[in-house]
Amino acid sequence: MTEQATLLDSPRMAKREPKPPGRTKSPRAGATAESMAEKQREISVSEFFAKNRHLLGFDNPRKALLTAVKEAVDNALDACEEANILPDILVELRALPEAGEDRFLVIVQDNGPGIVRRQIENIFGKLLYGSKFHRLKMSRGQQGIGISAAGMYGLITTGKPVRIISKTSPKKPAHEVVLKMDTSKNRADVVSETEHPEDDALFPDGRGTRIEIELVGKYLKGDRSVDQYIQLSAIANPHARFTYISPPTSALPEGEKTVFERGVDELPEPTEEIKPHPHGIELGTLIGMLERTTESQLGGFFANEFCRLTPKVGRDVAEQAKLTTRSWVKNIGHAEAEKLYKALQEAKVMAPPTNCLSPIGVRTMIKGLEQGLAPDFIAVSSRPPAVYRGRPFIIEAGVAFGGNLPAEDSAKVFRFANRVPLQYQQSACSSFKSVAETNWKSYGLQQPRGALPVGPLVVMIHMASVWVPFTSESKEAIADYDEIRKEMKLALMDCGRKLGTYLRKRAKMRRAGERRDIFRRYIGEVAKACEALSGADAKQVYEALLATAKTKTIESDQVLDEEGKVVAVKGGGDDETVYIRELDDDDSQPVEEAAATKKRPNTASGDSLFGEDDDASEIESPDTKPRRKAKKKVAKKKVVRKKKGG
Amino acid sequence: MAKKTTRKTSRTPASSTPGKPRSTDKATIANLERLGSTVAKVSVSGKDPIVDVPTRTLSNTSFNKRKRTLEMGDATQQRELFNLNQAKKFMQTMLLASGTKELVEAGKTTSLRGMYYKCLHTIAGTKEKTLGDQSESDAVLEDLEVMLGSLREELHLFAKKAGTMVGNITVIDSGDEIDCRRMGSGGYAIPSIVEPDILQFKKCDAKFVLHVEKNTVWSRFNEDKFWQKHNCILTEGGGQPPRGVRRLLRRLHDELKLPVYCLLDCDPWGHYIYSVIKQGSINLAFESERMAVPDAKFLGIRALDYDRCELTDDVQIALNDRDTSRAKQIAAYPWFAQNKPWQMEIAKMLKNGFKMEVESLITKDISYVTEVYVPERLRERDWLD
Repeated sequence: MTEQATLLDSPRMAKREPKPPGRTKSPRAGATAESMAEKQREISVSEFFAKNRHLLGFDNPRKALLTAVKEAVDNALDACEEANILPDILVELRALPEAGEDRFLVIVQDNGPGIVRRQIENIFGKLLYGSKFHRLKMSRGQQGIGISAAGMYGLITTGKPVRIISKTSPKKPAHEVVLKMDTSKNRADVVSETEHPEDDALFPDGRGTRIEIELVGKYLKGDRSVDQYIQLSAIANPHARFTYISPPTSALPEGEKTVFERGVDELPEPTEEIKPHPHGIELGTLIGMLERTTESQLGGFFANEFCRLTPKVGRDVAEQAKLTTRSWVKNIGHAEAEKLYKALQEAKVMAPPTNCLSPIGVRTMIKGLEQGLAPDFIAVSSRPPAVYRGRPFIIEAGVAFGGNLPAEDSAKVFRFANRVPLQYQQSACSSFKSVAETNWKSYGLQQPRGALPVGPLVVMIHMASVWVPFTSESKEAIADYDEIRKEMKLALMDCGRKLGTYLRKRAKMRRAGERRDIFRRYIGEVAKACEALSGADAKQVYEALLATAKTKTIESDQVLDEEGKVVAVKGGGDDETVYIRELDDDDSQPVEEAAATKKRPNTASGDSLFGEDDDASEIESPDTKPRRKAKKKVAKKKVVRKKKGG
Repeated sequence: MAKKTTRKTSRTPASSTPGKPRSTDKATIANLERLGSTVAKVSVSGKDPIVDVPTRTLSNTSFNKRKRTLEMGDATQQRELFNLNQAKKFMQTMLLASGTKELVEAGKTTSLRGMYYKCLHTIAGTKEKTLGDQSESDAVLEDLEVMLGSLREELHLFAKKAGTMVGNITVIDSGDEIDCRRMGSGGYAIPSIVEPDILQFKKCDAKFVLHVEKNTVWSRFNEDKFWQKHNCILTEGGGQPPRGVRRLLRRLHDELKLPVYCLLDCDPWGHYIYSVIKQGSINLAFESERMAVPDAKFLGIRALDYDRCELTDDVQIALNDRDTSRAKQIAAYPWFAQNKPWQMEIAKMLKNGFKMEVESLITKDISYVTEVYVPERLRERDWLD
């Protein structure tokens, strides 16, 4: 897996000096500083999280199962992408009824680069250990808590160690390590360590990592399930292939194997790591950076520890703080640091570079939604990069409408942060709020006040950033920054507009179809009456009128693709379908015909997301504006009216 | 009078002379043919078939001050086949036109309801019927009348009878002599078509015509032999009088020089009945020239009768919002707007806040209306014009 051997200073939390515990009891008479000191000792971070496991997403057995899978899959995907390998991920939930009804063995295996032997204990056995925390680079994992916490949870609930099998090269044999976490010391004890050439068969690509955690969990389908997580991951990562084996249920005693094939064969653009942006740091961070830097002079510090801090801006900042670029870093005291910080915040600095971001991309999102949901219509929007607290981010949104999505329910919001599905705490998430705040009524959907729109709709929001601001360590909801919310709403509005156009087009087609039905019904009577009145040939009149009726209701013959574009016109009544290629300059993503018909083969189980509702009835567009009809005067005809009698 | 539905009427004026073409039939058939051929030609050329239907609304009605009748203007409405709201009506127009042509060519006559059934069928390949209920075909037939400039009887159609006559007059109806003095308690049912070729006046002693709103009041007058005592003709139109009754009043007035007096309720409905008899109706403004009786007088009930006749509170029927707005609407009609006595009458009714029916006079005495009220009005020449 990806956690590399970069031994950096651990965060202060793990290293801090003994100090009074957070909740000090008021000293009673008799307690002395000495007696109290005996009880005061360091709290290991693992101990802390063992007690507060809900902070990491292990609140209940159901969520724990999901979190364990999620952390392992996130790591696997990150590792593969970093090693430039198209991910092929296997997830298996194996029920262990002999050990207990709620016992599961979670198996996650990837085809990534593998992990060198000496890092295994650190990565899987130590909390807050990893390669991702200290850098500003877009990745799924951030803190280096996840996978080791999953192992710790397994150990706490079942007493069973974690088993890791890794193969780093086709030439080297697979090695198996069984780890047991020592929570009081925040490190792992190796229970056993064996080389397993026979396990090589597990890794057909010659590389990869397999992790097996036994834990207490609860398997349920539906919202917030592992099934949903895999499906959502497949949507956001169409470049990955997922194989998922669900545990046996009463309906399927064998469990069910689902394969989500790749939608695209290209890896996301590799991302660059960036240095902190001057506007994205706080005073304490600055002081820490000054202490840690290997640079001796301020100029070098500016140039090498920050992004976008040009020599000129650096000189100005130093001047502002009554320093020079030649000032010695080690001589900068607290007061100077404070001045420096102020100067940095006030300086005009370019926005951070955005090559550190890898959005899913418009085409890939369409693929993902198309394969995952098979809707009638897809609109996606990718915003240009924006910045919050000096950290660049990109918002992407997509809507999928129609198909087999349930028409009567509220829309579903699929939330992603750096391609990781977020399934809990929906209402606390910035993305959810922005969906609810968008006025979907103006795009032809029903929407109860302040709630999600109603209809066969899925809204997808993805935030890509070097640091996604989660509301908690368990990474469930994106914090509500104004800049983020604004970008989300703009992206949603863009999608909404496209959806509105599509819905109007569809409503128009439906109306045209209805009109044609009505016209067709009466034309025969009119033709017969003409014959009876004037001896005209009824058949000739009928056919002429029918042809006119068809041209007047041509919209009902149109065939729309997933992006709502007219791709074909059906020949009236016959099977012939005339395909027309619309040249639309506004839209740069024409969809190939092949894409319109290609279906991801194994999406059947994914339908459980939406229940069994097959009713895909349409939403009535509220715009019932009377159709402006082009009044044609050509056919105007006067019937001479004579005044009689009198 | 017994309610006779036209369906059952087998003995109709024209059916007594089947096959005998009317003088106007040729022109009617030519008009219908032209309608069919124009629509066919336009259709075959790939254009939208459209027919122009003269508008039958207040906005397209003008009051001819010299003739004192309503006239229809030149505004027309387009009826298009390829318009969702008009498609069915267009089809019905063509359908009923062809039905009418068949009828005229065969020299037969039928009722509006008969025509409805003649053209009623399920459209091939659907579950939809060509016509909803009779009101749909009635409206389209009125459209056809104005489109073709042919009167209803020229299209060989008649409406159901709703009108009664009794009095000092003998008429010949389709060759049968009818003495309206000897009509018992039921009276002579005024036919829908009363043109001179169907109905002729033979002997008339009456000096005037009293038209009352409805049958119950008419029965009172007939039972009290009012027409004998006062030497008049007594007619009734069952509320809004049908065309046959109005045409008959017009002929009695024109040909026999009989003044026409109306006894109607004191409410907007009664006022509008008077307006229709006098000036013609908005809906059928094109026919007012041969139907309106501009000299007709309004005897009552008047808004001041509540005090004048010392009626009790019991006869008051409160005006509702619709009555009030309708009264204001009527007051604003150009033919009432310049008429001061009528403006005062309507204002008085609105001020009273209630309406009164003719029957309210029964509270005085069962025969008060025939013995006191009407004779007094006529003697004092107290009426609205």
